[in-house]
Formats: sequence, structure tokens, C-alpha cells
Amino acid sequence: MLEIKNLSVGIAAEAGVEGRSILSGLDLSVPKGEVHAIMGPNGAGKSTLSYVLAGRDGYEVTGGEALLDGSDLLALSPEERAAKGLFLSFQYPLELPGVAALTFVRAALNSQRRTRGEDEMKAPEFLKKSREVAARLKIDPEMLKRGVNVGFSGGEKKRMEIFQLLMLEPSMIILDETDSGLDIDALRIVAEGVNALRSPDRAMLVITHYQRLLDHIRPDRVHVLANGRIIASGGPELALRLEAEGYDGVLAEAA
Amino acid sequence: MDSLREDQAMADVKAGISADTVATVGGLEADKYKFGFTTDIEQEFAPRGLTTDTVRFISAKKDEPQWMLDWRLAAFERWQNLDEPDWAMLDFPAIDYQDAIYYAAPKAKKTVKSLDEIDPEILETFKKLGIPIREQEVLLGVEGAPKVAVDAVFDSVSVATTFREELKKAGVIFCPISEALRDYPELVRQYLGSVVPVSDNFFATLNSAVFSDGSFVYVPPGVRCPMELSTYFRMNAQGTGQFERTLIIADKGAYVSYLEGCTAPMRDENQLHAAVVELVALEDAEIKYSTVQNWWPGDKDGKGGIYNFVTKRGDCRGARARISWTQVETGSAITWKYPSCVLRGDDSVGEFYSVAVTNGRQQADTGTKMIHLGRNTRSRVISKGISAGQGQNTYRGLVSAHAKARGARNFTQCDSLLIGSACGAHTFPYIEARTPHAQFEHEATTTRLSDDQLFYCRSRGIGEEDAVALLVNGFVREVLQHLPMEFAAEAQKLLAVSLEGSVG
Repeated sequence: MLEIKNLSVGIAAEAGVEGRSILSGLDLSVPKGEVHAIMGPNGAGKSTLSYVLAGRDGYEVTGGEALLDGSDLLALSPEERAAKGLFLSFQYPLELPGVAALTFVRAALNSQRRTRGEDEMKAPEFLKKSREVAARLKIDPEMLKRGVNVGFSGGEKKRMEIFQLLMLEPSMIILDETDSGLDIDALRIVAEGVNALRSPDRAMLVITHYQRLLDHIRPDRVHVLANGRIIASGGPELALRLEAEGYDGVLAEAA
Repeated sequence: MDSLREDQAMADVKAGISADTVATVGGLEADKYKFGFTTDIEQEFAPRGLTTDTVRFISAKKDEPQWMLDWRLAAFERWQNLDEPDWAMLDFPAIDYQDAIYYAAPKAKKTVKSLDEIDPEILETFKKLGIPIREQEVLLGVEGAPKVAVDAVFDSVSVATTFREELKKAGVIFCPISEALRDYPELVRQYLGSVVPVSDNFFATLNSAVFSDGSFVYVPPGVRCPMELSTYFRMNAQGTGQFERTLIIADKGAYVSYLEGCTAPMRDENQLHAAVVELVALEDAEIKYSTVQNWWPGDKDGKGGIYNFVTKRGDCRGARARISWTQVETGSAITWKYPSCVLRGDDSVGEFYSVAVTNGRQQADTGTKMIHLGRNTRSRVISKGISAGQGQNTYRGLVSAHAKARGARNFTQCDSLLIGSACGAHTFPYIEARTPHAQFEHEATTTRLSDDQLFYCRSRGIGEEDAVALLVNGFVREVLQHLPMEFAAEAQKLLAVSLEGSVG
């Protein structure tokens, strides 16, 4: 499970850029088997939270901690976090020219396995699994032989993230605005893929602007992130209320 | 259809290789240059310095005919009046040509008839280099495994050439050029210097005067050489220069694929390597020439390393001839090298695929010349330069069309990848068209390996070094696909090792 305690994060001052605080005293706990959603207005710090958890450079943790299954997440390198089961589906997936998607995912999978002291997945097993997952996500197998995300549409990139997710089978999943760029059919396919991974030993954190993704991936808890911390939490009905009223009401109550 | 399927199969295998490569990279030792050992064997040297006596010494060692000695002496006389070229984007201290040894040979125990008679120390060296020099090992290998005939050049002499009998049956001559001078003097005399004339340039002229060995290949009309031919060059002795001379002739309708590999021990001082390679492709003939160059690049402060000044040129002498150069340049302190094609025959085709890596203090000024003389001649240039550390990487290319080269076409693509902020990439394309009926295209890109791409890979569990290797392999994939299968994997490993420690 993921436990975030009193987490404060800022961007350090650089030449010409003033430092500023983004997250201030954020508390959040996502137990195994549950799906939590984070919603919030633009600039609330949603993407910063996902990047800090995944270990991207450029942020300064000024206080608090984040534990994954009890171990200090923030002390680990990004690749160690991945090997521990953390997966971030990027809001803007990167393009890797010349690196075939299959090559990439296989390198990732086996690298994680080596870090965990497990045997690598053999090529035939890997290819079989990749074919199955691609079929489920309605991904053309030819796409897996092209450079990762190169020339892909926004929706195709998101589908490629979910492909990686289903291949890697992580235990702590963060989806950062996975619904953006997806049409309704693609959204349903992606949600089905994600839902298939729901299990008692997996936790998910779904970051989104809109209720519509939560129609497909039903959350157990919904949190509102504003001004760098969680200002309200509730059941799925909170998302519906936000959809109807906007953030103003919740923000006013919290103030 | 078949070629499509083949391409796909190829792509699948290549994808597999890059994954495996990344896997092995992690296991590589910190000692980056694994070929940095020296072999302790008895050697015979020419006296230090360069005079007509040196030239006579080398020629006499080789029992050469008088015409060859005259040829060398004429070259030496010309060389004395030449100045070292200084137009390349390279910065290195002046070379003292009198302070080098121009001939070093393992002391021979008479004539070597079989591998068993070769100094075991040398065999051990080639074993360390991973060269499949022992015929029996290759023969005992997996059934259907590709055979590679190897000519191994140790310092100044060729020590072993394998598979000669089998090649002979096909009519293919593959032997040290010193032997070719003895056994096939007319062939050598007809073609030697016909592509790279003695007067070509400072380093080629020097080579003409003092070359001591190299490989000779002749493929008769209509023969498809039944296996890959390969030469491994190894510089071992201290303070020596290596000046090999390679001459490859594909007669009408013949085909040959040839690979050259190079390594050298780690030494404090710089060693000079000035080779000449000449390719002649007659009507309908095809030559593929691949190089995996891994000379010692010097240490991280720029001390030591090989100065690599090489002249390589191919002549498509007949109609529909094809010459293709593929090079992976990872080593050397200084690289000065422009494998070129003279497209003389109508409808002839020239290709140049290059990966050049500079890391640490390495400098490379490399590219190609495509000289279109015949009608409807076509050429293609794909150059991938990778700069890391404080490396400086320059692409210098010339594409020219003669007035009679109606319908000449060229496509050039130069991509540069920067890793870190202290390195440099430079591109100097020269284009000359003396006919309005030529079509030349040039594309160039420069990209920096982005932190975001690295983070993306790392967030999936791939360590930083492996992520760099993966991204670099992606960058050069288009070029490596032109290498013979068994060498593509080696090249990928080399790239990964050359770039270790270039980020973070």
C-alpha cells in the first residue's frame, strides 16, 4: 500500500526562476485492493504528486515521506521504485525513436525482474503475452515493432501506456490523466484493461479532471487536491458532486 | 513478399539483440576498454625513423619484386615534399614521423603452414579478442552457423588466414597482400593504386611508401563469395605505426562481403594508424565493406590513443556496380576517415552507413564522398554521429555530379545525438552539381538525449546506463541493420561500452 505523510514539495530556485512550493503537507493513504481517485483544479499539484512518487528530477522534497509497502519510496531511484511495483502512466508519454515498443517493454520487464532477483521472462513467453495484451487493447501488432510512441496519436500513446501496464503488472498503479486524448471507445477499452488488473493485492491512484473516467474505473475513494494538499475526501459520490457543482463549493467548505 | 518477410524476420532478431545487449551491458566491468592488454612475444622491428632505408628494409623483408620497391620509393620521395593536411576539425599535437617504428613483426619461425605453427601467445591474443580464428572451432560449431574467413594482421604482418582452401574451390583469392604480391603479382600490379593513387593525399602517400601488410581479395567473374571475409587488425608493439593496405576486386557480376575489426592495447603515447583500402567493383559486381573500429581511444584525460588517418575508396568501375560502406567507429583518439565511392559505371550505386561515437576527449572528422560520373548513378548516405563527454564529432561529406552524370541521385541524412553539454556535433556537407539533371537531397538533425526520455525509461525499471544504451541503439538502428548479422550484436555492445558513464 501507498502511504503519503505530510509531504511538502517545491521547485528549487534556479537562475532566473524563483523557487516555489507546490505540495504542502499532503496526506494520503491508498490501501491494497483499493482504487482512489484524485481530482482537482489545474495547477493544484496533481502531476507534481505523480512525478515525485515516480522519482523525476527537478523537485525538492522539503518535508514528509512516502512509503510503498513500508519502504521509503523517496530514497529509491526511479528504476528501483519500478522494480518495487510502482508504475506511472504518463500524462504525456515520451517518444523513443528507433526503440521498438516490444524491445522497450521486454528490457523493462527483465530489468525489473533482475533487480528483484527473479529469472528473466523467456522470449516465447514474452511474445505470447504481448500478443494477448495487444489483442485485448486492440493494438495493431505492427505498432509494437515501431519506435515507442513515435508518430502515435494522443490516444494511441495512452493505449501504449496501458499496454506497458498490463505487461509489467505492477502492484501500485498511478494513472495521470489517462483519459485525456481518448475517444469514448478507446476510453472503454483502456478502462477494461485497467479494471482487469484490479485485485486484492494491488492499489491504484487515478488522477483525473473528469468524472467520465470514473464511470468506467469505479473508485473506492475520491480525494480533492487543491493548493498543494487534500482538502476533501469521500466516496464515489464526491466525484459526481464535483462534476455537477465544480470545485468552488468544496473549496469554500474547506477554507 | 519474400524480401518483406525477410525484413521482418531481420527486424525481430535485431529487436531481440538490442534487448539482450542491454541485458549484458549491466554485467560489463568498469574497465571499459577490454582490449587494452599487450601480448608478450618476441618481435622484430625496423629501426626507428623513416628514410629510404626504412622503405628498402620493409620491401626486402617482404621479398618484393623490384617494381614494388620502385613504387614505394617514388611514393616516399613524393611524401617528403607533402605537408600534413590541417583542414579537418581536429586538434592534436604535431606528429613526429621520425619517432615511430614502421615495421614490427612477430619473429617468424620460418614460413607458417598451419595455425599450429603460430606463436601460441598470438593465438591467445586473438582468443581474447574473441576472433574465431581457428578453423576447426568454426567448423565444429553449430550446423548452419555462418562461416567467416579471417585474415589476422598482427602489427605489420598477417599471421593467419583461414578457410583458404574452401575459398580457393570457389575461385576466390583471400590472402595477405604480401603473399598476393608473390603469387598474383599481375593482379596486384593492375589494381594497386588504381583507386587511391600514390599521390592522393599525405597519409595515402605515406602508406604507399611503408605499408607492410593487409588483405587481398579477388572474386572472379560471376562468383558469389561463399562466406563473409574478415580481417582483424591488432596493433601491439610499442611506438609502432600500422600501415595496412587492403585491395579488394570484385570482377564482373561477383559479390563479396568483407568485415574489418580493429583493436589496440592501452599505451600512454599515441600510435599512428594510416591505412589505405581500395575497392574495385566491375560491371554488375557488388562489394559490401563493413568496419567495426575499436582502436584504443586514449584515457579520460586524452592521454594515449590511436591516431586513425585512413583513406578508403571504392570504384564502381563498370555499369550497375554497387559498393556499400558500413562503419561503426567507436575507438581512436583521432579519426580522419572518408570512405568514398567513385560512381563511374552507368547505373552504379554507392552507399555509406556510418555510426561514429566520440566520448571523453575523442575527436572524429568523418564522412564520405560520392562522386557521380556515370549516368543514372545513385548514392545514399546515412550518418549517425553520437557525441558524449567532451567528444567532438564532425560529419564532412561531398556529393558531386560530373557534367555527364545525367540522372544522378543522392539522398543524404546526417543525424547527430548529443549526450551531455560539453560535447559538440558539426556537419559540413559539400554539394556540387555540374549538371542540371541531378537530384540531391540533404537532411540533417541534431538532438539531445533528453532527461525526460531517460526518466521515462527509468520509470519503467530500466537503469540509467541501460536506458542510454537502449536510446542510442534506437538512434543507430538504421545503420546497424546494414552490418552482417553476427557483427551487429558486437557493434551494439561496443556502443554501450563506449558510452558508459556518459550521463549522470
